[in-house]
Amino acid sequence: MRSAMRWALRAADVVRRVIGVPDYEGYLAHMRERHPGCVPLSRERFLSERLQAKYERPGSRCC
Amino acid sequence: MSKLASAIVWTIVALAGAGALAWLALSRGETINAAWLLTAAVCSYLVAYRFYSKLIAAKVFALDANRATPAEVLNDGRDFVPTNRWIVFGHHFAAIAGPGPLVGPTLAAQFGFLPGAIWIIIGVVLGGAVQDFVILASSVRRNGKTLGQMAREEIGPVGGFTALIAVLGIMVVLIAVLGLVVVKALQSSPWGTVTIGLTIPIAMVMGVYLRWIRPGRVLEASAIGLVLLVVALYAGRAVAENATLAPTFTLSGVTLAIAVMIYGYAASVLPVWLLLAPRDYLSAFVKIGVVVALAVGIVFVLPPLNMPALTQFTDGTGPVFAGKVFPFAFITIACGAVSGFHALIASGTTPKLLERETDARMVGYGGMLIESLVAIMALIAACVLTPGVYFAINAPASAIGTTAASAAAAVQHWGFTLDPAEMTQLAQQVGEKSLLSRTGGAPSLAVGMAHLFSRALGGSSAMALWYHFAIMFEALFILTTLDAGTRVGRFMLQDVGKHVWAPLGKVSWYPAVLITSAIFVAMWGHFLYQGVIDPLGGINSLWPLFGISNQLLAAVALCVGTTVIIKMGRARYAPVTLVPLAWLVIVTMTAGWAKIFSADPKLGFLSHASVLRAAAAAGTLPAGVTSAGDALRMAFNDYLDAAVAAFFMVSVVVILADSIREWAAVLRGRKPATSTEVPFQARVAVAGD
Repeated sequence: MRSAMRWALRAADVVRRVIGVPDYEGYLAHMRERHPGCVPLSRERFLSERLQAKYERPGSRCC
Repeated sequence: MSKLASAIVWTIVALAGAGALAWLALSRGETINAAWLLTAAVCSYLVAYRFYSKLIAAKVFALDANRATPAEVLNDGRDFVPTNRWIVFGHHFAAIAGPGPLVGPTLAAQFGFLPGAIWIIIGVVLGGAVQDFVILASSVRRNGKTLGQMAREEIGPVGGFTALIAVLGIMVVLIAVLGLVVVKALQSSPWGTVTIGLTIPIAMVMGVYLRWIRPGRVLEASAIGLVLLVVALYAGRAVAENATLAPTFTLSGVTLAIAVMIYGYAASVLPVWLLLAPRDYLSAFVKIGVVVALAVGIVFVLPPLNMPALTQFTDGTGPVFAGKVFPFAFITIACGAVSGFHALIASGTTPKLLERETDARMVGYGGMLIESLVAIMALIAACVLTPGVYFAINAPASAIGTTAASAAAAVQHWGFTLDPAEMTQLAQQVGEKSLLSRTGGAPSLAVGMAHLFSRALGGSSAMALWYHFAIMFEALFILTTLDAGTRVGRFMLQDVGKHVWAPLGKVSWYPAVLITSAIFVAMWGHFLYQGVIDPLGGINSLWPLFGISNQLLAAVALCVGTTVIIKMGRARYAPVTLVPLAWLVIVTMTAGWAKIFSADPKLGFLSHASVLRAAAAAGTLPAGVTSAGDALRMAFNDYLDAAVAAFFMVSVVVILADSIREWAAVLRGRKPATSTEVPFQARVAVAGD
């Protein structure tokens, strides 16, 4: 049961990354590891900054 | 022993592919099963991936799994994030897959299935997949630089600037033609209009949910959105069957075109979280779901291809679009074989995610092979229709008239059979008033898909639901490109505009946002409007322009790729990109020349304009044109189209000449063959490897 749950969570994570949902947990982990002294952005700030960036350049969408 | 086994297996795959291709090419007269086409495609892809992409990976770039990628070196937890290759593959595929590979092969089916099938298979193996792979690998070696930056640094400032302006021009034509496909699909269709219209508030509900109710819970919001999409599908049917509501939502092409423009403008100026982002998530799910469903449907049903291998329209007299099979089959099928637009993605998000540079082979080359398979499936879905039905749906009213009887007469005149009652019955089955002259490719693809899906699931009583499901999916797909494209175009315009008037470049200053958005929407809106009121259907002139522009961008990408390869000191492998480049230049130049200068008014913009002007002067207006003023305005649009085509052709020449100058300088030793790659840095093994 627990392994099924873990599998489902992993699958959900894969789906999120494939459709391009910003990964806040990954960003936090990165900040903790690489820049322990810096204060990371809040979830809200991070999400809105990522979304803004995504739709500003032609490299994210095609015909 | 295992080496022997592998040799045997690959020989069998290669022989199966070659045999299926030969069967497709040589059999005449009898109906062929789609299984042959699928086998030919899949076996060719397997062999090409196993051998050709390996050659490019090993010999041209010498990709090294131990070399650090930009995702590792520049890891910032935002843009640059080392990511598992399967996830990058999915992400890259979702980004490159758009409506292009669905619509192009559907239109090109007017030549029969063979020209399209051959170009999709050979074009992707030697051209499209190579382009995507080479640009991705080049960008990974240059810290994820974009195509524009690479063009400037590798070729020179002239080539770089031309590439930048060309991209803006391509965006305008692309968005206009995609808007036209949506308008043509929804015209006089209350069911489709209501369903698609409802997707906008659905996206907003999702946006609000993600912003305030359950922030960041994208999967929950998407599940709600998908359920609401099904509700919208049924709501559309309820409206279409309601005698008082149906006329309100039976809209003309012009009304729909204006609605599409307002929508694009809103997407460009509204906050991203409200409309663009939630639509994008929804579209990604629907996209992947439908591609899988189409594959399952085709494999399950294995339909016969009712379209002949070649039709008489290879001579250029076809009603769907003008022009001979060469070069117009290659222009029409842009995205399924070679798509320049992919170079923007292969040098955009994707190179910043690769964990190992060897993953570029699977993501770049492999991703494009799957895109090509989607194009093959679209071709199959178009060719399961009988030629009579296909041409009745895709030919403009000026060719087949406006009644089932006149359409049947025209189709019979072309040598195909069509029972007028069959056409009326088919329209009833899919829940539309009429299917005649529903140009643009989307309706005929939807009929083909509904045919496949209903045979696999639900029987003919489900045809109407499947048809509108397919229309909804295509329109969702297209509008997601249209809205994101308008926003990107606005940013590009602001970037260019700041040289004219500095405040225009301020992305957070609302007046600048409103003005540049309006300018950009007006640019593509003009072409869209002109296409909607064009009695020849609009697609006829706009789709070739789009194809030419997309192939132009591919030529730019292949110029960059060739320059990169030569500067790496691997000039003997330059034919890998030079051969597809030469072919694309020949195709775009011949097609561009024909579109501008052909003496046939159906094909050439200039001769069409002279016919219109002469008619206006003589007072004898052609069918569908109501006044001399209209005729003169159409003539002006012809001149504009000719200018756009000329602009694309000049861009090709400029970039090619600039590249050849650079290649000659390096090959003659006047310039050192120094690669601009970032120096080798060993990969640090990370936990979880």
